[in-house]
Amino acid sequence: MAAPVLRWSCPARRWILANIDRGPRHGRGSPTGSRSSGKRGQSSVAQQPLATAQKPRKGEHQWAAVVGLEIHAQISSNSKLFSGSQVHFAAPPNSLVSFFDASLPGTLPVLNRRCVEAAVMTGLALNCHINKKSLFDRKHYFYADLPAGYQITQQRLPIAVKGSLAYSVFVGKNRNQVINKTVRIKQIQLEQDSGKSLHDDLRSQTLIDLNRAGVGLLEVVLEPDMSCGEEAATAVRELQLILQALGTSQANMAEGQLRVDANISVHHPGEPLGVRTEVKNLNSARFLAKAIDYEIQRQIEELENGGEILNETRSFDCKLGCTVPMRDKEGKQDYRFIPEPNLPPLLLYDSASLPAGADPQQVINIDQLREQLPELPRVTREKLVQQYGMLPEHSFTLLNEVGLLEFFQNVMKETRAEPKRVTSWVLNTFLGFLKQQNLAVSESPVTPSALAELLNLLDQKTISSAAAKKVFEELWRSGGKTPAQIVSEKRLELMQDQEALEELCQATMEKHPQVVMDLKKGNPRAINKLIGLVRKATLNRADPTVIKEMLERQLSS
Amino acid sequence: MGKTNLDEFAMGSGSTDGVFGPVKNPWSYSKQYREKKKQKPHGENEDTNWLITGGSSGGSAAAVSAFTCFAALGSDTGGSTRNPAALCGVVGLKPTYGLVSRHGLIPLVNSMDVPGILTRCVDDAATVLGVLAGHDCKDSTTVQDPVKSFILPSLTDVSKLCIGIPKEYLVPELSSEVQSLWSKAAKLFESEGAKVIEVSLPHTSYSIVCYHVLCTSEVASNMARFDGLEYGHRCDINVSTEAMYAATRREGFNDVVRGRILSGNFFLLKENYENYFIKAQKVRRLIANDFVNVFNSGVDVLLTPTTLSEAVPYVEFIKEDNRTRSAQGDIFTQAVNMAGLPAVSVPMALSNQGLPIGLQFIGRAFCDQQLLTVAKWFEKQVQFPIIQLQEIMGDCSSVFENDLASVSLKQ
Repeated sequence: MAAPVLRWSCPARRWILANIDRGPRHGRGSPTGSRSSGKRGQSSVAQQPLATAQKPRKGEHQWAAVVGLEIHAQISSNSKLFSGSQVHFAAPPNSLVSFFDASLPGTLPVLNRRCVEAAVMTGLALNCHINKKSLFDRKHYFYADLPAGYQITQQRLPIAVKGSLAYSVFVGKNRNQVINKTVRIKQIQLEQDSGKSLHDDLRSQTLIDLNRAGVGLLEVVLEPDMSCGEEAATAVRELQLILQALGTSQANMAEGQLRVDANISVHHPGEPLGVRTEVKNLNSARFLAKAIDYEIQRQIEELENGGEILNETRSFDCKLGCTVPMRDKEGKQDYRFIPEPNLPPLLLYDSASLPAGADPQQVINIDQLREQLPELPRVTREKLVQQYGMLPEHSFTLLNEVGLLEFFQNVMKETRAEPKRVTSWVLNTFLGFLKQQNLAVSESPVTPSALAELLNLLDQKTISSAAAKKVFEELWRSGGKTPAQIVSEKRLELMQDQEALEELCQATMEKHPQVVMDLKKGNPRAINKLIGLVRKATLNRADPTVIKEMLERQLSS
Repeated sequence: MGKTNLDEFAMGSGSTDGVFGPVKNPWSYSKQYREKKKQKPHGENEDTNWLITGGSSGGSAAAVSAFTCFAALGSDTGGSTRNPAALCGVVGLKPTYGLVSRHGLIPLVNSMDVPGILTRCVDDAATVLGVLAGHDCKDSTTVQDPVKSFILPSLTDVSKLCIGIPKEYLVPELSSEVQSLWSKAAKLFESEGAKVIEVSLPHTSYSIVCYHVLCTSEVASNMARFDGLEYGHRCDINVSTEAMYAATRREGFNDVVRGRILSGNFFLLKENYENYFIKAQKVRRLIANDFVNVFNSGVDVLLTPTTLSEAVPYVEFIKEDNRTRSAQGDIFTQAVNMAGLPAVSVPMALSNQGLPIGLQFIGRAFCDQQLLTVAKWFEKQVQFPIIQLQEIMGDCSSVFENDLASVSLKQ
């Protein structure tokens, strides 16, 4: 699938078109063809600009993209938002369904305290204003996985508003220049999750599993302050880390605990915003950035061809790598919002407004929750930089990889090695091996203790760097043995006997007078040859630096 | 425990629109009525002119009226308990909204529904209320405090009482008989020393329209769950989800219900929401405030008719559609639901045709006990006659040999 050549640099927010190659793209039958303007098809091919070969004038074809996100995070709680049935991933179908979840008439919603606390904590962590009074509403639409025919949500007055999420993108050749960005949080609201429908095309039937129906969700709405897929993906990652640190959501995209919808539009800088499309259910971290960037590209092409963007809903087809319109979302939906009459307004208190003698079981104190907030990722990273002197990008990597920070901290506990060395080994060697074999930290054959022991041997100069790498490989392969065992088995210990080494140096120099001659003549590579020879003689058990030093001393005397 | 008949989904004021057929008012077969009609007791297989019970909880009212049970539960969203109570000559209580749990009550209008209580005397109603009232953790709209059951005092001195007569309730459609009984009741209180004054509830005329908008809107929402997927009737169509939903709902709902759903959805459309739903809620607030103002001015209890007339024959009733009849049937009762107040219909006397006529007392929010105390005093004063069903009961006539002043739960 040939893609047009588009140049943009993100996050500088410039999408510059150059050398538009139009041919092959039409050939593949663009999925947007039938829905977009009638001007497509022949006319756009005929419209090949004469200026294809020329570079566009500066500023002429610049595009800016605008991306907003609606993120749904499943609240980590024992029971659902309005009913007492349990919340479990992958339970047998329809085994976690109460009468209320199945919408049996006569059942009424009862608000789950833990879910409210989760919403408040998340709001506080995202610098939001917590609304002391918030309201619940019904959002109506007919769908098989929505038993009541409406979802209870917070449309008029959500629990938290006007916050911000800070994230960092890394740019530059080595991706080590950090740019700090912020995206505004429009609001956070509590709402119900729907059930799941499984389409069985073979038997022309749809199977409904209501286990998920009624599970509490936090909807976090991010304003359109982002400009490309990478920014969006980074912001989402940071939100995931925050939710996980708070414990309010496990935010695992693969398990459906975090779902992202993106609102995307493009425009020329300085002109008003363009028509936006909604790309729904971006359920994998991998495809999030890809899907958004594809959609931006698609819109630019469409507009460049003289077409128009429809305010429609699309989904990302990960096999084809493109967004496609969602057929059952055609036409505008009127959700016929009404206030939820079975739930009184949700009132929250702070220490100042807490009524005297209030039953602590019945009230939520925002100040108390604020005091109890756990450490947020940003603070954890700052501490790592300060405590261990590591580079900021390293602190990001440590947190971004699930389980890596804990691994690192466990190694630090058991080793005397310098933090910088530990960091390097964990982020380069250890992480490198994991990535190569596509393993998670939890699946690592090397334990923190083992690595710590290895680093101690290195630190004590019992083994050389090169030897350490070999030991690590062996640890990875065999798992069961300790570093000390491997070192002795493979006879990797550095020679400790200085005198013997001195003698070897002497002997080597005597055996290879020619090389010594070369060296005295001033050939810089001769020393390396000598070092190599000595090393060989020691069966690689001597540190080259030490050998070099010895040789130089002996030569000068 | 028994189950009783009603208008489908509690929509109606005649109990004539249920899938099991209409409910017949026991008074149709009473000696009192038949004597006046000069009909032979065992009417030669003629049962064509039987009377309606009123509705929508007509089955429950009929059951209590015909001595089938001591007490029955109904629902009251716009008068569905008080209306049949008046037409069947029994006590019909609508408790304050929030006093009795709605968990288990199939919802019609969540913000107005309450479970209703039907009994043959006021003391029985108080007993049942004592059992049902109080906080239910399964219903977030119930009061937080637990409610103790109570025994009604027997009031002897009403001189400290202030009875309010809302002048807007004197409407042209009110039958002369009901009107005269209403006056008679007012004079009764006055003659026993109570203060009886005319009061005004200025927004009364907007009430029925406002009720209609809010009722249909919530109905449209509450009925959305009936799609045949998890429970209830499901049609045979398998072509698509939408087709299945449409056919199921078409088959499963009668015209009345479908009409209300369509109206409600219309009012809730984005372009209509402000002008209909929000407007109606604002008017509702004004109506509720009317009551608050009257009670704040020293009135303890309001006295009004419950229905426009006594029970009418079924063949008369069905000449008009459900919507028209509901508007007529609910005229004195629905404002109370909009304001969330307690109200009780107490049978007063028989009409010239020998049929029961009841009057409504409306009380302050959460002052159900006071309301019932006044109602009990009134009940004692008027001594409403027991329905005489001996002639159709045949072998069961021995049941009525004793003079049963009140066949009550206490005995």
